[in-house]
Amino acid sequence: MDPVAAKYIGAGLAAIGMGVAAVGVGAIFGNFLSGALRNPSAADGQFGRAFIGAALAEGLGIFAFLVAIILLFVK
Amino acid sequence: MSAEAAPAIDPIHQFNIVRLGEPFHIGGVDASFTNASLFMVIVLGLISVLMIIGTSSKAVVPGRIQSLAEMSYEFVANTVRSAAGDAGMRFFPLVFSLFMFVFFSNMLGLVPYTFTVTSQIIVTFALAALVILTVLVYGFIKHGTHFLHLFVPSGVPAALMPFIVLIEVISFVSRPISLSVRLFANMLAGHITLKVFGGFITMMIGAGAIGIVAAALPMAAIVALTAFELLVAFLQAYVFTILTCVYLNDAIHPGH
Repeated sequence: MDPVAAKYIGAGLAAIGMGVAAVGVGAIFGNFLSGALRNPSAADGQFGRAFIGAALAEGLGIFAFLVAIILLFVK
Repeated sequence: MSAEAAPAIDPIHQFNIVRLGEPFHIGGVDASFTNASLFMVIVLGLISVLMIIGTSSKAVVPGRIQSLAEMSYEFVANTVRSAAGDAGMRFFPLVFSLFMFVFFSNMLGLVPYTFTVTSQIIVTFALAALVILTVLVYGFIKHGTHFLHLFVPSGVPAALMPFIVLIEVISFVSRPISLSVRLFANMLAGHITLKVFGGFITMMIGAGAIGIVAAALPMAAIVALTAFELLVAFLQAYVFTILTCVYLNDAIHPGH
């Protein structure tokens, strides 16, 4: 296979990882919201934790982005 | 996309660094004043003006600028206290500076024709390296070798311990990378998306009368995206701040 084509295909495949990270972030905020609707008075205190979890889940998607960027731009 | 349309839509062009004024070198390192430096100076100027005017009157009933300054103080102070405890408040100046710098850079970048400082990986990596080095230096000064208990959680079976330690070390080492790339990638992706939709408008208008009518669609998308980017600009500044507090918490209370 042409190495340049393989590079672009690899970057496209790495983008799948970002989609999976989106599933994780969605699960975190979905569960946070369902918990917050059951007990709204406790929701404010857990707001920061929801964001820490989302940021950590997003971090793994960011590594997929990093792989795509490295494949595309690093010679 | 055809080849001749490519120069019209160049979403990466906005991130080009342009030298302003004379080239300037320190020890072989190019330290010229660029548009990135200019916008960093503007961001610092805006923050200084806000805080100096906000704290000058000290009225009991705050005015607009004063309540803005007080709100940002309260917001960051609450974040630090909830994530790192009262002992974390000694790092408040660092965390507050980081939050204000990231937040103002993100917000200023949304103004058309400006330059987004935080869309440069080297800027965000410098900020993240500052945070991680602070964690390491403070952790080793305060706790000595006890700081290494961070990598050895208690209550783990002996057979699993090597793997757990390996995982903890890898997750610690990847922190500066994920902290910097998160901010950089969010800013980069948002601004590229805005530029791509802007490119749709110019292409459609070039296509004739029907295109001008249809161009209202990407225009509406840009308005919605700009509102979304405002949210992202604040959210990424908040995430950067709260993760800084979480990492500082590891330096203050290791082995938890």
